[in-house]
Amino acid sequence: MKVTLKVWRQVGRAASGRFERFEVDDISPDYSFLEMLDVLNERLEERGERPVAFEHDCREGICGSCGMMINGRAHGPRARTTACQLHMREFKDDDVIQIEPWRAGAFPVLQDLVVDRSAFDRIIQAGGYISVSTGSAVEANLIPVEKEVAEAAFDAATCIGCGACVAQCPNAAAQLFTAAKLSHLNLLPQGKPERWHRAVNLVEQMEAEGFGSCVNHRECEAACPKGISVDWIAKMNRDYLRAKLRGVRKMKLAG
Amino acid sequence: MPLESKVPAGPLERRWLTHRDHLKLVAPANRRKFVVIIVGTGLAGASAAATLGEAGYNVKVFTFHESPRRAHSIAAQGGINAAKNYRNDGDSVFRLFYDTIKGGDFRSREANVYRLAEVSVEIIDQAVAQGVPFAREYGGGLDTRSFGGAQVARTFYARGQTGQQLLLGAYQAMSRQIEAGTVVLFPRTEMLDLVVEDGGAVGIAVRSLVTGEISCHAAHAVVLATGGYTNAYYLSTNAKASNVTAIWRAHRRGAYFANPCFTQIHPTCIPPSGEFQSKLTLMSESLRNDGRIWVPRNAEDERPAAEIPESDRDYYLEAKYPSFGNLVPRDVASRNAKAVVDEGRGVGLRKNGVYLDLKDAIQRLGRETIEERYGNLFEMYERITAENPYEVPMRIFPAPHYTMGGLWVDYNLMSNVKGLFVIGEANFSDHGANRLGASALMQGLADGYFILPYTLSDFLAGHLGEPVRTDSEVFRRTEAEVRERVQKLLSIDGKRPVDSFHRDLGRIVWDSCGMSRKESGLLKALQQIPVLKEEYYGNLKIVGNGDTLNASLERAGRVADFFELAELMCRDALARNESCGGHFREEHQTRDGEALRDDDHFAHVSAWEYRGAGEEPRSHQEHLHFETVQPTQRSYK
Repeated sequence: MKVTLKVWRQVGRAASGRFERFEVDDISPDYSFLEMLDVLNERLEERGERPVAFEHDCREGICGSCGMMINGRAHGPRARTTACQLHMREFKDDDVIQIEPWRAGAFPVLQDLVVDRSAFDRIIQAGGYISVSTGSAVEANLIPVEKEVAEAAFDAATCIGCGACVAQCPNAAAQLFTAAKLSHLNLLPQGKPERWHRAVNLVEQMEAEGFGSCVNHRECEAACPKGISVDWIAKMNRDYLRAKLRGVRKMKLAG
Repeated sequence: MPLESKVPAGPLERRWLTHRDHLKLVAPANRRKFVVIIVGTGLAGASAAATLGEAGYNVKVFTFHESPRRAHSIAAQGGINAAKNYRNDGDSVFRLFYDTIKGGDFRSREANVYRLAEVSVEIIDQAVAQGVPFAREYGGGLDTRSFGGAQVARTFYARGQTGQQLLLGAYQAMSRQIEAGTVVLFPRTEMLDLVVEDGGAVGIAVRSLVTGEISCHAAHAVVLATGGYTNAYYLSTNAKASNVTAIWRAHRRGAYFANPCFTQIHPTCIPPSGEFQSKLTLMSESLRNDGRIWVPRNAEDERPAAEIPESDRDYYLEAKYPSFGNLVPRDVASRNAKAVVDEGRGVGLRKNGVYLDLKDAIQRLGRETIEERYGNLFEMYERITAENPYEVPMRIFPAPHYTMGGLWVDYNLMSNVKGLFVIGEANFSDHGANRLGASALMQGLADGYFILPYTLSDFLAGHLGEPVRTDSEVFRRTEAEVRERVQKLLSIDGKRPVDSFHRDLGRIVWDSCGMSRKESGLLKALQQIPVLKEEYYGNLKIVGNGDTLNASLERAGRVADFFELAELMCRDALARNESCGGHFREEHQTRDGEALRDDDHFAHVSAWEYRGAGEEPRSHQEHLHFETVQPTQRSYK
């Protein structure tokens, strides 16, 4: 099959960008979307042109590296599927496909489709953990966890940190990412001692990173390749409010 | 240099505890005076960084990824072994030790493997305390399942995403130390050389993948946790960026490379669908718990799976290995799959797979239970193949997955280069010639949380007060060499993109040094690889320059190192004139086609010394002593 791509090109963080048009023919419907980009890049290189920079690694939908807006949808048209797991059989011959990087002030573009998502790491550093040093753990089965609670915690913990939620949100908010981590840890008995501090630290770090505000569009949930529920955002708001009513302030949990 | 394994004396079950009690300590107030470099942030690197940071050392962590959470440990699916014996099914530290050493076909050190089994129980405790959401029973306790090569259910799991959850646990523990200021993170920074002075590691040279800036960092000790080198085959289950460069550069600076030919071909992966395939996808081995593997009895049978009656199906693993059935170790499962496909009985359009059928399990347990256990795997399979595994059996075929070989380390996880420690998949230590399922996560975390922190303090204690600085001649020289190498790749200006070379190299390595090897094939590969390498340095095309983000340049450096490694893999496979575990030399097999070891001549670790470009590497041998177990012909019948 043959497709026409309109790809965002931008050489560096400070440079201005523009769309560039490429025709890619002789593509098998069994190629993954990224394999189609591999083919494009190899042809560009053979012609001495700069290949399109995009982030990718595991190509199994779990590392969270890949991510691009494909025809205006984060990770493309297929629900609950990362760009690397998207296959060309989802498109038709002669389709025009527009590819852009994640668009968010807190995710500056480094080159073409590659953005800087280190803001997510800093949110985790602010309190996305249970403070337990190596060697101080008790026997694992001394902490019973209700099966339903363990399953719910897993549902939240399955987040791959790709940033699709931010990219799809009209306000570029990071509520879904932050709420998923907060809920994973706050639901479990192990996470209870720090839950109020964790809520305040994560929420306020998220705000400090320059993400937008949540206005309940629920686009994040629709875009999330792991199907993470917006219900966690409601839980985060509750935890945050309760923490503030207790007078909890952002503080360093570590060190 | 003689290889000293430094395995302590005494009864096997007391060795680690006694050794630990006598290792030197660094007092809390002195720990911040030490700088430790860790390269890699997978399970081994992140757990080591967190633990050393908690202890109060000054830790610098480097990763070529944009975030530590992208490390390929994230993709491990099935589970992590631990000798908890929660099931009361006869498990024990000894049994985990025995299964691991037998699974590795008696090519690993007894003392290392016993220690691994011993600390396995602490790993589960630590992970649970961190909030890793393992699968639970209704009573609130932890659930387990069984895995290949074992007759007990000792594998803890978090759906099909155990690696992800364990890595996030370690990443979060490390993030806490970043916040505390004990760990400093350098993302998008690739190690391109090891700095060695007077036979000791004193630092590393790195390149920023964003600005291209090349710089050096000095430390009292360097820890490599950079994973395996399976991408030498090009097509593998590893992430695209996984590479050998860090340990290969250390090898060129003096570190011995042990058992490079010990690679694992995983039995349950999705068969390739076309020529431009960029990677292979694993379907967790845990599926073999409930799935039955079969092919048609008759090679001409073209009927869809559902129309083939039981009498015309060959459940070859169940028939050949009644005790272990579909749960034989990986190397055995892979070789048998290859055998039936070679007979022309493969399934699928390209006849390049075997069926993994969960129909009976779905009937027995109900779709809901199967969905709970394997839901994400089924979804992944469907996305890739456009086939629904709830209705038609999955097609699977073996694919390169893991490398047991790696840098040689002693019992303290230190290489023969003083102050250079190697942990996780990057070292050679615990899996012998074949790794059992759910043991990689165990080893990475054992090394990082519970072993390295002790042995590293023993090394550091002798170096208190020594300055760390990069303003010496050796740092300047190393940095200049790195710069020169990058420049050399950029200046070739030929015609072929890097991936086309990598694909060709991968094909040679797969054909000659893959699931089965023979002398003539290995000799041929040793002629082909240098020819392709020469073309590489004459005809490689990299567009762009070295001072911006340039993915082709990154890959070009890695592929250059894969060329050199590939030769060493073949050389090692040729020298090991026996079959053992995943190293199957066609010349050496039992009448049933099983690997035939030669313990009289090959009960050793082959550790290769680099002797300069164009020079033959020299092989050193560490003899393996078996005091507790008697090496036998493995039997899974």
